[in-house]
Amino acid sequence: MFKMINKNSILYIGILIFGIAAPFLFPAFKVQLSILCVLIVLATTWNIQGGEMGYNSFGNILFYGLGMYLCASVQVGMFFPLAEWTESGGEKTFVHTPAQFFQGMAVGLIVAAIVPTIVAGLIGYSILGLRGHYFAICTLGLGVAAGEISGGIEIIGAGQGFTTPPFPEVGSLDSRGEFFYFLSFFVLVLTFIAVRGIYTTRFKLILNAIRDNEDKAEAMGIETMKYKIIGWMISAFFCGLAGGIMGGLVGYIDSTDVAFDGREMGVFMVLMAILGGKGTLWGPIIGATVFHIFKEGFWTFFLGWQYVALGVLIVVIVIYFPEGIMGWLREKYPERFGEVIDEKDRKAQVELK
Amino acid sequence: MISVQACLDGILLGILFALIAYGMALQWGVMNIINIAQGDLVILGGYIAYFMYLYGIHPAWGVIVSPIIMFFVGIAIYKLVINKVVDRDLFISILATFGISILFMQLMNFAFGADVVLANSDYGTTMLFNSNVVLPNSKIFSAFISILFAICLVIYMKKSKLGRAIRATAQNARAAKILGVDTEKVYAATFGINAALCGVAGALISITFTIHPYMGLPYTIRSFMIVIVAGLGNLPGVAMSGMGLGVFEEFADYILGTEFRIGSVFLLLVLILVYRRFKLSRKREYLK
Repeated sequence: MFKMINKNSILYIGILIFGIAAPFLFPAFKVQLSILCVLIVLATTWNIQGGEMGYNSFGNILFYGLGMYLCASVQVGMFFPLAEWTESGGEKTFVHTPAQFFQGMAVGLIVAAIVPTIVAGLIGYSILGLRGHYFAICTLGLGVAAGEISGGIEIIGAGQGFTTPPFPEVGSLDSRGEFFYFLSFFVLVLTFIAVRGIYTTRFKLILNAIRDNEDKAEAMGIETMKYKIIGWMISAFFCGLAGGIMGGLVGYIDSTDVAFDGREMGVFMVLMAILGGKGTLWGPIIGATVFHIFKEGFWTFFLGWQYVALGVLIVVIVIYFPEGIMGWLREKYPERFGEVIDEKDRKAQVELK
Repeated sequence: MISVQACLDGILLGILFALIAYGMALQWGVMNIINIAQGDLVILGGYIAYFMYLYGIHPAWGVIVSPIIMFFVGIAIYKLVINKVVDRDLFISILATFGISILFMQLMNFAFGADVVLANSDYGTTMLFNSNVVLPNSKIFSAFISILFAICLVIYMKKSKLGRAIRATAQNARAAKILGVDTEKVYAATFGINAALCGVAGALISITFTIHPYMGLPYTIRSFMIVIVAGLGNLPGVAMSGMGLGVFEEFADYILGTEFRIGSVFLLLVLILVYRRFKLSRKREYLK
């Protein structure tokens, strides 16, 4: 047991050091690395619903977009009139001083994390009472509705979009990338610690029980609804944070193409978790990394055909690879996952068939 | 008068929705698959009619040509993708068809461009109530054609051998298999018929309204909504809730403004599902 912990902690420390050193090792890929961190956060939090709880949500994008809009709005609205800012369409009539920028970002991120959590809590009771595909379609509708409605609201830019405050000129040229990288990496570490913490407690077992048989779980005296809502709120918290960071990183928010982008981010998080293997701690992380490398490596290669490639990728992964990388590894090396397989027993079963 | 206009528009629009929803109910009932690409099949059907219009053929012929082409497109989709997800988890089929939807959306965007297009049928308009209410004849035509197709399909499902096989499979796939129904063939035919229905609806939509490569998903959501309100295999219900949805949409368009039209459709879906959930949870049941 102790040996395991040692091995794991060495791994964690190694990853942490690599994470901190990464922007200096690969200075050209800072933005990509930050996006990767955000993607991992999204995939990991989606996994709480889709993997552990069995509630396949297309609606986590709601919290992501909400966080994005909230963070940017707070960051602007704290110092300048918001309506005029969006109307000017990113013209530099208002300039944040560095102190204002960072203050706004900090408060904005806090709001971006807390409000989606509250929203998740409020709508959770209604939405999470749905099951299976009804839940999936309902959350899909929720995400699209949010995108369409926010695209009609004037104060946050309506159709023409919302330009987030530009990064102030402090430090060297690289400081923008470094700032956003470390911010997203920090959120990633936070997410990982939180999720890992959750997965070691009874909470995870309850979520699994809900996935396996909700009625029986309820019959065993578990207040399933409470745990479902808490699970969703945890997801919403980190999705909101990720959205806030992504808004600052992209620098421009559009209702249907950036914030509530069900066609890209909303599917990506599902796809990444499934690719890595849902219902595992490391699956979404591996899936997100592989997916992001694939996407960045080949997206330029397809040039305009990205969505065609994405569609094909979804179909292929879902049909031929539904267990994901972790599932494949588990089948290949069951001992590594702490499963003991009796070869004789296995053969006997095969013969029985 | 505007409300009369909106009502009539909505009813004529709703009949089209009901046709699409009927296709969805068919495949949902038979194959237990929710096809997110439904709307994209509709749009593809619309583009077929639009292309006939571009080449100088009257787009109304699209009502005949489009379902024939779409039938084979549907069977191709079934053979390539759907038959691998029929017996699997429902979420797998939702995600797989979502992938198909994205694929179609983008392919149509490449092939036909991202412009909003309309096939002009030159049918003129009908004025009612001292020309306070204007009804394009194309809308009346499309409603008439959809009703015709729906009636034909119902009769076909009742009388023909394939129709009986489809209904038997919907009731119990295993029993049907035992009794010698080739369920694989039935599934393929069902998906083809669904795609053909989408083709008809799409051709009619391209005549009466506009089509655009990215407009597919709202049609999927509308038909899903109609099916869950009406229930599977409840044909009058599908027609009624289709018309109701059409009227709702026209009023939402008129009251809230066009930019919230699609948003209100999706929001209505969420509200309907939540309403159903609360209604059922009183009996400690849930939607399934």
